[in-house]
Amino acid sequence: MQDERHFLETHLRRDFLRRGLTGIGTLALSSLLAAESRTEAPDPLVPRKPHFAPKAKNVIFLFQEGAPSQMDLFDPKPALEKWHGQSLPPEMTRDLKLAFIKPTAKVLASPRKFAKYGQVGMELSDMIPAMAKHADDICLVRSMHSEAFNHHPGQLLLFSGSMIGGRPSMGSWVTYGLGSETRNLPAFVALQSGPGTSAGSDLWSNGFLPSLYQGTVLRTGGDPILYLGNPDGISRESQRARLDALRDLNQERQDNTGDLEIASRIHSYELAYRMQMAGPEATDLSQESPATIEAYGINQKESRAYGTNLLMARRLVERGVRFVLCMHSGWDMHSGINAALPKLCAQTDQASAALLTDLKQRGLLDETLVVWGGEFGRTPMSEIRRPDEAGNAGRDHHPNGYSIWLAGGGIKTGQVIGETDELGLTITKDKIDIHDLQATILHLLGLEHTQLTYRHFGRNFRLTDVSGNLVKQLIT
Amino acid sequence: MSPIIALLLTFAADSPTLPPPAATEIDFARDVAPVLKRNCQGCHGAAMQQSGFRLDDGVAALKGGYGGAVILPGKSAESPLVHRVAGVKGVPVMPPAGRRLTAIEVGILRAWIDQGAKFPAVTLSEAKRPKLNHWAFEPITAPALPPVKNSAWVRSPMDAFVLAKLEGKKIAPSPEADRRTLLRRLSWDLVGLPPTVEDIAAFQADTRPDAYERQVDRLLALPQFGEKWARGWLDQARYADSDGYEKDWVRPYAFRWRDWVINAINQDLPFNRFTIEQLAGDLLPSPTVEQRVATGFARNTLTNREGGIDDAQFRFESTLDRANTVSTVFLGLSMGCAQCHDHKYDPISQRDYYSLFAFFDNAEEVDIDAPRAGELGPWLKGRAEYQAKREKILAEYKVAELQAAWEKDILYTIAHPGERTDWDLAWDCVNKLTEGGDGGKIVRIPLEKRTPRERDILTDHFVKNYAFAVGNKRYKELKFDVATKQLAQLKVDYPQLTQAMVIAENAQRHPTYLRVRGDYKTNGIEVAPTTPAVLPALAKTGPLTRLDLAEWLVSDENPLTARVAANRIWQELFGTGLVKTSDDFGTRADKPEYPELLTWLADDFRRHGWSRKQLIRGIVLSATYRQASLARPELHEIDPENQLLARQVRLRLTAEQIRDGALAASGLLAKTIGGPSIRPPMPAGVMELSYASRGWGEAWKVSEGEDRYRRGLYIQFLRTSPYPQLMTFDAPKSTAAQCKRDRSNTPLQALNLLNDPVFVEAAQALAVAAVTQPADQRLEWAYRRALGRAPSARESARMSAYFTEQQRLLADDAKAQAALAPYVPPSATRLETATWTGMASVLLNLEEFITRE
Repeated sequence: MQDERHFLETHLRRDFLRRGLTGIGTLALSSLLAAESRTEAPDPLVPRKPHFAPKAKNVIFLFQEGAPSQMDLFDPKPALEKWHGQSLPPEMTRDLKLAFIKPTAKVLASPRKFAKYGQVGMELSDMIPAMAKHADDICLVRSMHSEAFNHHPGQLLLFSGSMIGGRPSMGSWVTYGLGSETRNLPAFVALQSGPGTSAGSDLWSNGFLPSLYQGTVLRTGGDPILYLGNPDGISRESQRARLDALRDLNQERQDNTGDLEIASRIHSYELAYRMQMAGPEATDLSQESPATIEAYGINQKESRAYGTNLLMARRLVERGVRFVLCMHSGWDMHSGINAALPKLCAQTDQASAALLTDLKQRGLLDETLVVWGGEFGRTPMSEIRRPDEAGNAGRDHHPNGYSIWLAGGGIKTGQVIGETDELGLTITKDKIDIHDLQATILHLLGLEHTQLTYRHFGRNFRLTDVSGNLVKQLIT
Repeated sequence: MSPIIALLLTFAADSPTLPPPAATEIDFARDVAPVLKRNCQGCHGAAMQQSGFRLDDGVAALKGGYGGAVILPGKSAESPLVHRVAGVKGVPVMPPAGRRLTAIEVGILRAWIDQGAKFPAVTLSEAKRPKLNHWAFEPITAPALPPVKNSAWVRSPMDAFVLAKLEGKKIAPSPEADRRTLLRRLSWDLVGLPPTVEDIAAFQADTRPDAYERQVDRLLALPQFGEKWARGWLDQARYADSDGYEKDWVRPYAFRWRDWVINAINQDLPFNRFTIEQLAGDLLPSPTVEQRVATGFARNTLTNREGGIDDAQFRFESTLDRANTVSTVFLGLSMGCAQCHDHKYDPISQRDYYSLFAFFDNAEEVDIDAPRAGELGPWLKGRAEYQAKREKILAEYKVAELQAAWEKDILYTIAHPGERTDWDLAWDCVNKLTEGGDGGKIVRIPLEKRTPRERDILTDHFVKNYAFAVGNKRYKELKFDVATKQLAQLKVDYPQLTQAMVIAENAQRHPTYLRVRGDYKTNGIEVAPTTPAVLPALAKTGPLTRLDLAEWLVSDENPLTARVAANRIWQELFGTGLVKTSDDFGTRADKPEYPELLTWLADDFRRHGWSRKQLIRGIVLSATYRQASLARPELHEIDPENQLLARQVRLRLTAEQIRDGALAASGLLAKTIGGPSIRPPMPAGVMELSYASRGWGEAWKVSEGEDRYRRGLYIQFLRTSPYPQLMTFDAPKSTAAQCKRDRSNTPLQALNLLNDPVFVEAAQALAVAAVTQPADQRLEWAYRRALGRAPSARESARMSAYFTEQQRLLADDAKAQAALAPYVPPSATRLETATWTGMASVLLNLEEFITRE
């Protein structure tokens, strides 16, 4: 029933309208149709044609906030052992952009064991055993480059294309470019696990785009969407009665003023009503099998939050949500990295892997682009905030040569792109800039990044600012 | 020259990558000119001078481009031009695309440079930029009023412009709106609040011929006028109560500048003074505290105090932001493109941009005591006791001696980075975590030369953050955590002076450089503060200051400032400016339908001494403004955006007005003007999404008492965790100047108005007030309260039907009744009151309720 209604509402609705058919479907649907069949201002969220045939319809961005350490997870650097505890010669560290440590900081070898996985023989760390089983399902990039070496500017660059705030976020650009496939749920949803992120609401901000492209936060406590639930004392019937009265009175006003915007307002209230039904349904995990819950690690305390969000992400994508941003914070390991990293991996590894398995099983992986990554990486040298405490060593920010992975719609998987030098200080092959990544994500969705523009302050702005090249290697 | 550069040059000279100079005597016209013409002058010639460089003119060519000289006569191997055309590694190759120069061609250029780089005399004249014809750059002089047939319609000269055009198109203006609509429109537009039922009744009963003028003047004199018109200015000034980056520190005293704006607008401080004081109040002769407070305009820029950032980068970004804001807000020009290159469309060069930037490059951020009325007395009275108690705490924990040692170590760390990593971090924290972020400056000042405020700031920082240097264990042993709490409590127990965030000129001026490709680390040529070349020049010579810039902006010669300001005022009153792109008056902006009307307004504005109130009064008295806003289907095709102004418009209210309107209709609104920002209840989970919630920033402590019910303008705006209702209804993000608000229409807005406890509470309050009325008058009473009118018969019937239905649904549900009607007045039952909460909620959700007609 759920699927049928979803299908009706998202796919056939427009056809009904075009053909002038009414009176089909549930009560809510018929009242919606009645509202929509009147003349009204055009809806800016109707699905729009991409610039060319897309390889993916949706994006799930698994943002690992704080910058995970690539040489402890994805990019083995055995040569660090030779240098462990020593400073590197100045000519090797001259070009580093360091936030806290000085170029003389001492090298920290990784205690992690790397092994080859998958047919591709991808070298991955023992910290991510679940993901390692998916080596052939992902494309690992070891040569990411960011201009930023601090969190907030880095996060802004990754998600808005500029280190300075005020620009629309990636999800807003995508929604602006493609419109929405669902009318029951927001097109762009953000979910948070772990403490708050440096960039906060900038990560789902519409910037200078109209606010209907703003990401909606799906909340973990209380109403899944802010103010989704009726106030105490207002039942679903009362809500319907309120809305019916509102609709008729607003209609009366439209008849008196001739303002088409009023019809849009009526429409918005009907959408809100449907969202009140669809929101709790979409986030109701009791519909999932115990095996699925188990697979995402939702039964375990440490992985519950992230696992829940990833399962939500799958459910949202199933229901036509275009862009799901899952943010998980805690990767900023300036101190005690050898103790902190296992914790973060225990929180995330299983669910990231489960998401790929689940999407694949449901046939959703082909149309869903999954991106895993942080705003930059970490230094091969150690940061020691408390020299008097054992095991205090951590790693500083390192924007030049960090790792991310991509999977799903249009991604050429089972390969590793890019290389860094033997100590992981610089990129030696296939450097990919943030703007290149953004151009490629848009491309996979059928959008040409130089054409997805919005005029503001007398100028056309775009996600990729003034640069960005498609990374063809990434694409099937 | 630094040794490294010398080394590189030597390397370049010996580099095998440079083709050798041609071994012949060079003739410019025969040998060089064709090479330059074919390869270079497309971008570096008369029509275009990329990077400020041109090769068609000898004088200009030898001066070089934005990066400095590129031809060094006699030294071809060291000339950047040769490096570029030869494709030396590490420099951008020229030409950037297409055919590269051959070794022979490079050899010719080398020989020519080595032989002195002589240009023939004919090219030795600096060509001028072509003059530009653009309506907005024309001087402001009063245009002649066009003749009209129906002169009876014309109430103000501005109506003549509109009517003449409408008559030419055979379109009749709309009739005047009815009095109720007019007064609601006026109230929303002038004070941002709806009129009371009594206000409307009084106006409707007033038969005097100047009844409308009286309403206009009454509203202009209300203190809420300043609140309403301040809001638009805050949008443009990117006002917020927090830093904007990462920890997003709260700016507890940002409001002091907001109060200045409200007062200035209420006192009708002329717009030219308003401009001068905000941009350069500190440079006026003997500036008052208020004039210095005004410069807080520049302090609304974002601040990054994230650990480990490059301060130079964010200082640069702040200065850019100040230049961009002034350009957008006062000139209506978006100069941001010229940060990296000459503007593609508008006649703004990169040099122009950095010359404007230079006005702000010498500004320092400072915080000053700026006591509000009534603060000074109590502060003075408690001061001695406060100081004594503070000294006692500091002595008890031996702060002075520990701090002295700590400062010594910090100074050592500054000089020896990398030796002790814990102290490196402690030093970074001195820069980032001190109040106001000036710790790095203060610690370098000898103790005896610090101001008392500087001493206190550093000591507070030391006691609070000593753990970064010595670790938590030692910190706890010293009980500095206790000391921190005691010092903070003391500040609560004794009155403190309000501070203001202002700017001041640095006594030591440092040179300003153009930044090549907009990169803060790549200095180009030195630039002096100058106004853009395409606009009338500043009369003064000699070193120019921010004050000169401010005076130039509001000078008679400046064609933009008055037009831009008048256009924004028009926009507030008609929803759209006469120039639709109110942030862009450049050459690519749509030509307005009524450029002469805007010029007339700008001229009138200046003639009336830049009085904001006069200009607003003039516009709202016009026949054009007073028209009905009803749609005119016959005009849909020819004028879909109402650019011809044959009617007024219906506009969705702003985020703040929607909140204020609900509070006003329900009787909850508290009308206190000014003061610190307020924190109405914030839904759980919102703050938690920002880094500030990790214990760095201030938690959202919900305001008590009437502060919960004050106007939306006062809601504390935290940039990384903004108050949701503001965002849902299109309030600005406050990262850059915003000149116009969106008026979107989304389901989240519906959910917000239906279910946000603020609006539920308003509905409950309205319901309680309604049920104290006699039963048969409740509906009309509530309608009047919410919409200023009685319901029509059809509306009454529909509301009654809903009442019956809602009452039926609640009848057997005591719990629901209790939730909807927590308070029941003696005049009604709980069921009635609860049902009325539903009724009131419907009224507060009506499209008409959130619309200015």
